[in-house]
Amino acid sequence: MPHPRGWSLVPWVSIAVLALPVLAGLVGVVAPAFGYMPALGGNAVSLAHWQATLSWPGLPAAIRLSVVTGVAATALSLALTILIVAAWQGTRSFVWVTRALAPLLALPHAAAAFGLAFLIAPSGWLARAASPMLTGWDRPPDLLIVNDTWGMALIAGLVVKEVPFLLLMTLAALGQTDSLRTQLVARALGYGRVTGWLKTVLPRVYPQIRLPVYAVLAYSMSVVDVALILGPTRPPTLAVQILDWMTRPDLAMRFQAAAGAVLQLALVLGVLVLWRLAELAIARWGRNWAASGERGVMADRGLRPLAALGALIIGAVVALGLAGLVVWSFAGLWRFPDLLPQSWSLRNWTGQMGSLGPITRDTALIALGATAIAMALSVSVLEAEARGNKTHAIALVYLPLIAPQIAFVPGLASFALVLGLDGSRLAVMALHLVFVLPYVYLSLADPWRAWDARAGLSAQALGAGPWRVLWAVRLPMLTRPLLIAFAVGFATSVAQYLPTLLIGAGRVTTVTTEAVALASSANRRLIGVWAAVQMALPMLVFALAILLPTLIFRRRQGMRVT
Amino acid sequence: MTLRLENLCITLAGRVLAKLDLTVSGGNVLTIMGPSGCGKSTVLAALIGALPPAFSMRGRIWLDGVDVTQVPTHARRMGILFQNDILFPHMSVAGNLGFGLPGNVTARRAATDAALSEAGLPGMGARDPATLSGGQRARVALMRTLLSGPRALLLDEPFSSLDSNMRASMRQFVFERATERNLPVILVTHDHDDARAAAGPVINVMGERIQL
Repeated sequence: MPHPRGWSLVPWVSIAVLALPVLAGLVGVVAPAFGYMPALGGNAVSLAHWQATLSWPGLPAAIRLSVVTGVAATALSLALTILIVAAWQGTRSFVWVTRALAPLLALPHAAAAFGLAFLIAPSGWLARAASPMLTGWDRPPDLLIVNDTWGMALIAGLVVKEVPFLLLMTLAALGQTDSLRTQLVARALGYGRVTGWLKTVLPRVYPQIRLPVYAVLAYSMSVVDVALILGPTRPPTLAVQILDWMTRPDLAMRFQAAAGAVLQLALVLGVLVLWRLAELAIARWGRNWAASGERGVMADRGLRPLAALGALIIGAVVALGLAGLVVWSFAGLWRFPDLLPQSWSLRNWTGQMGSLGPITRDTALIALGATAIAMALSVSVLEAEARGNKTHAIALVYLPLIAPQIAFVPGLASFALVLGLDGSRLAVMALHLVFVLPYVYLSLADPWRAWDARAGLSAQALGAGPWRVLWAVRLPMLTRPLLIAFAVGFATSVAQYLPTLLIGAGRVTTVTTEAVALASSANRRLIGVWAAVQMALPMLVFALAILLPTLIFRRRQGMRVT
Repeated sequence: MTLRLENLCITLAGRVLAKLDLTVSGGNVLTIMGPSGCGKSTVLAALIGALPPAFSMRGRIWLDGVDVTQVPTHARRMGILFQNDILFPHMSVAGNLGFGLPGNVTARRAATDAALSEAGLPGMGARDPATLSGGQRARVALMRTLLSGPRALLLDEPFSSLDSNMRASMRQFVFERATERNLPVILVTHDHDDARAAAGPVINVMGERIQL
């Protein structure tokens, strides 16, 4: 069939939208790291800024923290995800657990982190529940639980969010690997559930979740907002320190921040390489293990409850944490160790009304704009593919997910400052698009390709041209995944902290920057208000995405989820 | 109306899958028989202009004296029914019928109502296609195809998903409609009863006659 020329260009528009900002941002970081940024007064190439960065006394500890928390959070999340799937795939409780965890994708990292912080803090529900009977505390103990120097709270905050993400990615991969039958064959050969799964399904699933795992690793090593809420402070992780340098009033510190960002990038790349080597080593060991004949039937006894416990804890932590945010936001007087406030009050909310309204509106507008553009681009790329214009370069969608934000967003912020583009909603929206597009595309691609092409063929044979097939048949039939992709994109935009902070330059704020800005304050009621809004906004859109198709197609059984 | 396949030859990686040179005149049914996987459905895909890229095709397809070999599927006016009815799940029964009706037809309601009556489903236009029985859905799918004004009808095992007592009446329904409209029909099947009911010549994908 003839294809109009223009379609072959379509994927490249999206690739440009994704890749150019990342590359420009990296240039905007590497050049000033070596002293070159004429607009900020850096005209000579020098290593002075590197010396300043490398002589910061906290550097070794900051690097160690970034690496340890990032690797530990990723390894723990991956191990728990694999364990949950291996131990429970194919059971009814597994279906139930995956359905319960799916909405957590829409939950911003910061809201989950605040929830966890509220739960485990010395004055949190855990301490209250155990006091004074078990602990003897009649006042909040003077313990550094949140922001602990080891980064344990930070690791926990990351695991809580990354397990649901990896779980959903694994589920998508399982559909393409004939996993249930494979596992059945292994069990028929006398293997235990977990051992059989690890030996036969994992080697086929892992290559498909490798990029999401790398994204989790890069993210965990360089995250800023979660680290501000849960991470250590003296010194903080490297990413937090870079942000600190970046936002000092003295613009000269931006050179030092740039050097730090380059260091952070090198760190992430280095750890990714090590991770890859570890994959190879484990694969080699695994091949021998698989051939060893060890059935591991007994292992199920311990591992299945362990996996269930892990999933349960994550669910409970998130649910209690979010409930805690809401309770704090309505709390009046709340004595320790009472489980509930003595008095309730709307004052925390009414006091914020003046800024809640406009900021929530801006947050929603930015998210709607970025997501709408991302939807249009994703649909064009997929439609171009369906019309025979497929390019492997589309794998570049993972670029903004794997390149650490802290390594290239400061560069973009410098350009935006020089060009006078910072502080505008449009600029913030444009940068959000870079992170929204990959998630929208990845969320839509599988259902798009899984669509029964015979419906399109039937429509064409009935005389419908390609556009009518798209508008009247394919898009309506994909209403559900399209709305889910929209909700995922919206949630991604709402959750953006660093891009909003650096490009918004204090003049554009969202519920996320407001909430995270309160992290260092001790005002739990105020944090509760903003974190609750930050959590509610994407959840609301997600709920709509699930309810709307049910409502629109209430008289169409064929459009129900199967 | 006439459908003519002129020296049609379909190959996959150099291997010949099908070789056909024949003419089907209006109101007649040609049956192509063979086991599953022999390439029957590929022949129909080629006839509607939707041959997967891995295959290649030589020869010409003539419809009413017009060479449609290069005409895109949607402009070819080659009606097709698949094994499953493929009614669009997001549209009502009338919506599905209206989708088939060409845009320049003005009396749309009358046309879909007439089609519903002909299918034995009067007044059921507002129904959700998912609530119809298999036989009813199959009849709607046929009427939808006929409303699009095809100049030939291709049947890709359209009766195999129906249960046996429904199959005979559906066959009769389809062949009667095709004869009334003087459509040339190509039926692809692996079912001997289908082939007998078609009452026309029976060949395999290489164009060789088959005795039932």
